[in-house]
Amino acid sequence: MASKAKNKKLTPTQIEYQTVAQAHEPPRPVLKNVLRAFFIGGAICLLGQIIQTFFITYFKFTEKTAGNPTSAVLIFISVLLTGIGVYDKIAQYAGAGTAVPVTGFANSIASAALEHRTEGLVLGVGGNMFKLAGSVIVFGVFAAFIIGLLKWAWTALGGAA
Amino acid sequence: MLQGHQSWIFQSKPVILSSATVGGPFEARGNLANDFDLLYGDIWLEQDSFEKAEKKMLEDACDTAIKKADIQKGDINFFLAGDLMNQLISSSFSARTVGVPYLGIFGACSTSMEGLALAAQLVDSGAAKYALAGTCSHNSTAEKQFRYPTEYGSQKPPTAQWTVTGAGAAIVASSGNGPRVVSATIGRVIDMGISDPFNMGAAMAPAAVDTIEAHFRDLQINADHYDIIATGDLGQVGHDIAKNLFKKHGINVPESKLTDCGLLIYSKDQEVMSGASGCACCATVTYGHLLRRLRAGEWKRMLIVATGALLSPLSYQQNETIPCVAHAVAIEQ
Repeated sequence: MASKAKNKKLTPTQIEYQTVAQAHEPPRPVLKNVLRAFFIGGAICLLGQIIQTFFITYFKFTEKTAGNPTSAVLIFISVLLTGIGVYDKIAQYAGAGTAVPVTGFANSIASAALEHRTEGLVLGVGGNMFKLAGSVIVFGVFAAFIIGLLKWAWTALGGAA
Repeated sequence: MLQGHQSWIFQSKPVILSSATVGGPFEARGNLANDFDLLYGDIWLEQDSFEKAEKKMLEDACDTAIKKADIQKGDINFFLAGDLMNQLISSSFSARTVGVPYLGIFGACSTSMEGLALAAQLVDSGAAKYALAGTCSHNSTAEKQFRYPTEYGSQKPPTAQWTVTGAGAAIVASSGNGPRVVSATIGRVIDMGISDPFNMGAAMAPAAVDTIEAHFRDLQINADHYDIIATGDLGQVGHDIAKNLFKKHGINVPESKLTDCGLLIYSKDQEVMSGASGCACCATVTYGHLLRRLRAGEWKRMLIVATGALLSPLSYQQNETIPCVAHAVAIEQ
């Protein structure tokens, strides 16, 4: 959907056409997408919970330390499904449900690595692996920095830690 | 010969001596599987990259067309080809194999008819005896270049389209038996301000309508002249908009006559959202399905209007709108 700022550059005929075109576009099935994302995303989290409980019960992990192996297992499953070519099909159904958990992050890296394999290991795989995940890392680190600053300012001003 | 402002009438009526189409596994499951000359069961085509697979399909289409026309490679004067890859690698690399004097052309998904119109013009003007026009696209190479990695899990909106994996080629000759290319209209670039690359149908529909109207105006004919008018790859969204625009402009194009290659190629149960797209969409449907029905005498005259969205991944990231073009070619039995 064109933003208002973009519309400013358009001629009246173009703006009129946008209305015509929009009338013919099937709308995104938002409610269906949201529900599917909720249930598939929830199922992934439930699976994560099961794996975590499994590590705590059988492998002497604590609730704090079980996080890492749990993520690793989910990442492994996600990359495996990407490799055998079914992750994108699940994602078309689940939308944000598969994109938001760690599985989506793993898929973005694995799919880019696969895609550029034909261009060689260094310039292809290495250079393109973080093509999609890169911005998640950049803005993730930046957001963490800002939150860190805010937390420091809060405690420096005498707020409760 | 120039007719009106932007149309050519081919007085010698160049002949489409032969045409050939190649498709992938997804196309083999579609509605028009029987109209392909060659279908591959694997999107890799036993090549080590998708780009090579795309090139292989165009080579196969050219080879098959040459064989069907019963001529030699050396007889062909010029090869006109284009595709969606950067620097037209699929076409140029195929031309290396075909070994015929080559002109690379780019019209995005309108390349098929741009090539056919130019080939007919070369033959009609006496600049060539035999001209080969071809184009190809591959779903995975197009996804890689224009969108996300093929295995990346992104959810596509209902307006998105599916790039056809395939190739089509046709040999145009000064004499022989076959359907005849009688006229062509070269389109202007139209930009109605659509910037969503997942909504190409809406972006391209005005270009198709503009070219069809110019064709009628230049040749002083109307839709009654044709038994079928097929647009290239507007998909359901673009097709509906085109019908609406004709109504708005007071041009009578009966719904039974207007079809879209992007709606014909796949079956209802294949998840392609709005429809098919890609250079190979119009090329395979026209050179396979539509020409077969014309040859069978089902129709006498048809107008093919290939539509192309002239965007690049760079242009849409910089928030540019999508300029589109459409080229029309009239083919008669």
